[in-house]
Amino acid sequence: MTATPAPPRPTGQAAIEAAALRSDRFRQDREADWQRLEEIVTRMERGRLRKLSDEDIVALPVLYRTVASSLSVARETSLDAATLAYLEGLVQRAWYLVYGPRVTLWGWLARFFGGEWSRAVRSIWPELLVAFALMAAGTVVGWQLCAADPDWYYSLVPGGFQDERVPGASREVLSSTIFGNADQDGKSVFAASLFSHNAGVAILCFALGFAFGVPPLLLLIQNTGTLGAMLWLFDGQGLLIDFIGWLSIHGTTELLAILLAGGAGLHVGRSMAFPGDLTVVEAAARAGQRAAVVMAGVVFMLVIAGMLEGLGRQLIDNTQGRFMIGGSMLAIWLSYFFAFRRAPLGSDAL
Amino acid sequence: MNARAIQAKAGRQRMQVTPEGIALPAVLASRGTRFGALLIDLVIMGVAMGVTSLVLLLAAAGLNTATGGRIDNPDAELKSALEFVIILWIAAMFLFRYGYFLFFELGPRGATPGKRMTGIRIAARDGGRLSAEMVLARNLLRDIELFMPIGLVFSAGETDGVTWLAAMGWFMIFALFPFFNKDRLRAGDLIAGTWVVEAPRRRLEAVLSTTATARAGTSAATGAAYRFGDAELSVYGEYELQTLERVLRENRREALVSVHEAICRKIGWNPGAGDERAFLEAYYTQLRARLEAGMRMGKRKADKFT
Repeated sequence: MTATPAPPRPTGQAAIEAAALRSDRFRQDREADWQRLEEIVTRMERGRLRKLSDEDIVALPVLYRTVASSLSVARETSLDAATLAYLEGLVQRAWYLVYGPRVTLWGWLARFFGGEWSRAVRSIWPELLVAFALMAAGTVVGWQLCAADPDWYYSLVPGGFQDERVPGASREVLSSTIFGNADQDGKSVFAASLFSHNAGVAILCFALGFAFGVPPLLLLIQNTGTLGAMLWLFDGQGLLIDFIGWLSIHGTTELLAILLAGGAGLHVGRSMAFPGDLTVVEAAARAGQRAAVVMAGVVFMLVIAGMLEGLGRQLIDNTQGRFMIGGSMLAIWLSYFFAFRRAPLGSDAL
Repeated sequence: MNARAIQAKAGRQRMQVTPEGIALPAVLASRGTRFGALLIDLVIMGVAMGVTSLVLLLAAAGLNTATGGRIDNPDAELKSALEFVIILWIAAMFLFRYGYFLFFELGPRGATPGKRMTGIRIAARDGGRLSAEMVLARNLLRDIELFMPIGLVFSAGETDGVTWLAAMGWFMIFALFPFFNKDRLRAGDLIAGTWVVEAPRRRLEAVLSTTATARAGTSAATGAAYRFGDAELSVYGEYELQTLERVLRENRREALVSVHEAICRKIGWNPGAGDERAFLEAYYTQLRARLEAGMRMGKRKADKFT
């Protein structure tokens, strides 16, 4: 059995008008534009910007608006679900490109070093002060504990450090650990592995800020406790100044980097604990983005510290020279962060 | 797509409004998809790290033989060459660990290869630009969410039960994080102000109303004319129309037959056999014409119950 036949339809223009849908004709009129936009978007997503003609690049925002308005009209007039889904997907993809971060790596680096980094560092100054106070306190506590009971030295300084630098070591032994290593081998490997390790610690310091900032506090105190204990040890043999010199050549950069990482972690933690007028989620996102800029700089500083530590410390074998380098590094960093205040072009984030 | 899948998708839909005032639905990626994407990325990273290590190892071995196997007692030249290889290795491992996700997510598609393959990408939660800072922040957190606890789990595996438990607990806290907030954020997304959404790449499907049957309402094969009156078209709404559209586009024989039968029963026709597609095309076109005409007059019919 077949379906019940209906009377024959009128033919001619009227038939086409009645059957081919108005919304489909709307689509047929515009689909060339849609497909051109899709093609441009696909090429841009593949990163083949060079193959795009100037014409295409100029056309992108115009086509985007055309297709976006097609979408608004189609939503009100068409019930073709597949076409609507296609348009939604296309407008979204184009939107990511039109309103996306159109900044190259070099452009970002220029903006970053040209003011964004130092601005991010300045914007977390309360946390930097807290981190500095903690580091100073950690150093003093480490020293005082060892002074009260030398056994503390063994718990404060982790095993890896221990070699011959232990309480009761002679002046000659201690002195030999900080002078006369100029011909030591493997300096550059040492520098590279130090960097890799320190960067890991700094990232940890930042990332743990997520737990409301408590772990970075502990990490800062623990690390500087080690420092305090070693300062105490060398002071016992009258080598305090020489030891500080040995440390300062890279230490000013490295400790400052750790200070920034700890401060960044605290900043995230504090913003989550005390979000102010924002919701916790918003506050965390804002603080996280600000802190991420600081952290990118921290990794850069650690590269420099690793090079200074691996190469400079062995090559420069006297305390005066070491102080000069360490001191000038510190001066450079501080003036860059706090005296350099050019506002970067066209950015008002942070 | 069955009804349950559609419903699950509706729960993941978030509306974003473009500066032109157009609401664009963003569908959050499912946790399973994200896990799959992560696995793919980890495999790619693992292979890349392995290949790099192997190449550098071969280079070191080549250096050794080229200088006559003096690796146990190397001269200054060989030593600095070997040092260089080791530095390259350390730098490469560092870059893979911290740079892989950063590099790809900063690109125009905002997605790593794993995410591309599974059709998802990252986007800013507030609907604004996805900035480099966001990508940085979300990937710095990845270290404590993933690499550090996994490293600890493996290194403590055999010897230290307590450390193993602690590392496992650490790992689980972050791994389960996306299950405890409505937007499925992981800790890094929360800190960075991002989320992970589906990025489907749809093709433009064919126009359904241009076939001869759809245009003329007569079957090309049998010559039967399909004309439906008001009473026959008014039984269905937009939901049924879109179901019918899916059936026509998928073009599966048994679906066509059963839908044909259902419609004929509903409108009181005698279902025939052999010409189902033509019947459905004609019905689809006329139903859509009717519903769209209603739309233009501001009258919409969501489904057969309204």
